[in-house]
Amino acid sequence: MSARIEQSPARPLLRRRRRRWSRTTPVRYALLLLVLVISVGPLLWQFLSSLKGSGEALFGRDATLFPQLPTFDAYVTIFRQIPMDAYLTNSAIVCALTIASQVVLPTAAGYMLSRRGWRGRRVTFTVLIVSMVVPFESIMVSLFLMTQELGLLDTLVGAWLPGAVSAMNVLIMRASFTAVPDEIEDAAFLDGASEWQRFTALFLPSSIGAMLVVVVNSFITAWDDFLWPLLVLRSESSFTVSLGLARLSASSFGFDPRVVMAGSIIAVVPVLVVFIVLQRWFHRGVAAGGVK
Amino acid sequence: MTTAIHLNGAARYRPPWVPLLWCAPALLMITIWSVGPFVGTIALSFTDTSPLGMGGAFVGLDNYRSILQDPAFWSATGNSVLYAIIAVPLLVVLPLLLAQLVHTRLPGMGFFRSAYAAPIVASVVAVGLVWQNLLGEQGPVNTVLQRVGLIQQAVPFLSEGSLILLSAIALTVWRGLGWYLIFYLAALSNIPRELYEAAELDGAGPTRRFLTITVPGTRLTMLLVGLLAGIGSLRVFSEVYLLGGATGGPGGEARTLPFFIRDAALDPITGNAGYGAAASVALFALTAVFAVLAQRFGGERDA
Repeated sequence: MSARIEQSPARPLLRRRRRRWSRTTPVRYALLLLVLVISVGPLLWQFLSSLKGSGEALFGRDATLFPQLPTFDAYVTIFRQIPMDAYLTNSAIVCALTIASQVVLPTAAGYMLSRRGWRGRRVTFTVLIVSMVVPFESIMVSLFLMTQELGLLDTLVGAWLPGAVSAMNVLIMRASFTAVPDEIEDAAFLDGASEWQRFTALFLPSSIGAMLVVVVNSFITAWDDFLWPLLVLRSESSFTVSLGLARLSASSFGFDPRVVMAGSIIAVVPVLVVFIVLQRWFHRGVAAGGVK
Repeated sequence: MTTAIHLNGAARYRPPWVPLLWCAPALLMITIWSVGPFVGTIALSFTDTSPLGMGGAFVGLDNYRSILQDPAFWSATGNSVLYAIIAVPLLVVLPLLLAQLVHTRLPGMGFFRSAYAAPIVASVVAVGLVWQNLLGEQGPVNTVLQRVGLIQQAVPFLSEGSLILLSAIALTVWRGLGWYLIFYLAALSNIPRELYEAAELDGAGPTRRFLTITVPGTRLTMLLVGLLAGIGSLRVFSEVYLLGGATGGPGGEARTLPFFIRDAALDPITGNAGYGAAASVALFALTAVFAVLAQRFGGERDA
């Protein structure tokens, strides 16, 4: 998406020069910097504070922005005092399960939905639409009772199942398969490719972009999820990162705020990495998520 | 060419249930974990099932009658509606203005665009904890305000019901800014630059150009953003939980509707899943009403 924005139609050089800098440009940059401070500032402040040693003030009038003696003590402490490694492993497991199910099942369903004229197609669409209209929060009571009935409370499988497949991703995959021109499929057919061969050699490679969108979407959703893990996960050994951190900050043991800060920075890192690597698909994913 | 019809049509699937087989896994999961529980919630709302799954006698409309008389339900509903009323206009307008600001061919815009995504990249719990620290009695916000001399005593952002709610709204808007910016940037790139240049030559100022070109050109996106932000506001739980604590502020004053549902339905001692289910149906109805209103408000039904 951002690539499209960068493109500008060819225009006379003079005109371009004039439009680039104007009297309002400094104002524009000032506003942009202000918004930058507002949007990145809090996270940066948290990061800088997490590097402060125990002798430095975090809050109040004596607090400075930059740590005088930066140290990673809080990051060491958090792994010692709480099972942060277990939280990270649990989050990774839930994310991996979610990504796997969100890519495989919607790809299969989306492919068939891009084919026309078979029995049950309309019913399938109806089910998808109904599930998209219902907000998770309005079915969580029922979901909880189901999970309990199945004996999946306090298990990672229980944390994963309700978010295992979403209709949105089926529609994203369908749209990408629909974009393959009929002529190319016809040509492959005339060359003797079977349906399975056409699917694997033609449709799948042309939908890798859509799959990456689905991967990014499901990773962020699963990593971010808080309410459902809060309902189903009970024991510390099964907590995800989000849940563990929220409990940490609420606990009455009075943890050093630096440790909580370090924890929230650790929670940001994986998503930040995914974001930097797959930024293009992230932007597309956000835009696609809006096409409900 | 007959192959086209042959290829992408029903005839090639023998047996005819092959396509359904491909869809079955996804369809089953969605039916079991989404459509089913929706029907289940409605059924549950006519019973007095306990959160442990026991009991479950049919009680007719009793649950609905009691939530309508429950001040806690109305307080939570009011909070959720207030949340939407404040957050939605801000989330429709602010990202558009920001998009307008970033959408120029000046150096460094790519950097700003990426940096503005930081709040959405960070998970809600991580940013919730950041804001918890920022807004504390000793936090930087209160310290700065005191130094500047705007306030004498620290503002109790995290300990007073309505302030918790406003802080949570601010957090939602802060996160949503980066989110919806992406929507608006996509919309702006679809408006031909020539329109702006022609208007400029005709003597239209920046405000005029914004109102006559940008606003009509992004109307559908505004409608979409309004719809998503509205539904998102009605679903808020984590922000209030993180800023106001596990009780949702003192005495649950800052609880939103999902927060109320969780407490009313699933508290192992006082909970009543049937009662919570009735509130869930109310939440669903509220979402539906909002969606219909957004469509009306947006004019044509081309969204």
